[in-house]
Amino acid sequence: MSARIGIVTFPGSLDDRDAARAVRLGGAEPVALWHDDAVLKSVDAVFLPGGFSYGDYLRCGAIARFSEVMGLVRDAADRGMPVLGVCNGFQVLCESHLLPGALVRNAHLRYRNRPARLRVETNRTAWTAAFAPDAEVVLPAKHGEGRYVADEATLDRIEANGQVVFRYLDNPNGAMRDIAGVANEAGNVVGLMPHPEHAVEALTGPSTDGLGIVASVLAHLSEGAAR
Amino acid sequence: MARVVVDVMLKSEILDPQGEAVLGALPRLGVNDVTSVRIGKRVEIEFDDAVQNVEEQSQIIADKLLANPVIENFTVSVLDEDAV
Repeated sequence: MSARIGIVTFPGSLDDRDAARAVRLGGAEPVALWHDDAVLKSVDAVFLPGGFSYGDYLRCGAIARFSEVMGLVRDAADRGMPVLGVCNGFQVLCESHLLPGALVRNAHLRYRNRPARLRVETNRTAWTAAFAPDAEVVLPAKHGEGRYVADEATLDRIEANGQVVFRYLDNPNGAMRDIAGVANEAGNVVGLMPHPEHAVEALTGPSTDGLGIVASVLAHLSEGAAR
Repeated sequence: MARVVVDVMLKSEILDPQGEAVLGALPRLGVNDVTSVRIGKRVEIEFDDAVQNVEEQSQIIADKLLANPVIENFTVSVLDEDAV
């Protein structure tokens, strides 16, 4: 039986259908979750997609944090369930304090919409386990508020802990230390700004590197099941 | 009725590109003496007449939702002291 990966749709989510398609192409079963669902429908992992949840009002992700489903996602993440946040999903995870740091307006104030070259800095997370060490990948970036920031002590700590998961090779937004994606200490929660779900087919993406994200969580889950 | 104003500002060490953009536009107005512009948010809150703990509730609102403590500071000002 294939793994069930829940994809949360908030009001204003944009990439939930692409996320579901990517999950299916990657060999898992996508399960639709709604922002005010009170159950997680027996999913094995959760994918928070990109978009503009609640209109990005106040701050990106600030209001989604208090949605019904995020309470469940937080509890599940604390128990070790793999949770991925992409773009707005990354912002939601930072606002929820499931990931360190925050995402603010791009330093140049412009919306960036182009493929981003990234280095996978660690494969010791639930969502990067299938990548070779220091693998370079190309994933589309499209965001106006993707500049990763944190205080120096936090940056030093996450660097030392191996929580910096993806780093830009051509920093598109002024992110501190070129950080494109981070993990929590346990490595089950990962967020990144560029979009793996838009890089799953040669016809429509700049690469098929996004499939590695799904392959990674499947490997992580089967490893857990075998243990 | 109790009225509360919450001011939210980016912390000083966080780059404020909007403020920088405004700063860059000032010479076009003929204003050349400004060294810094920072842009924040002002939030006005009204409580109903029966409210008891305005200060406490305002702090919760500001700390949990209106400001992100990772990047922002906030101040809470209760405007109508009679209602506290």
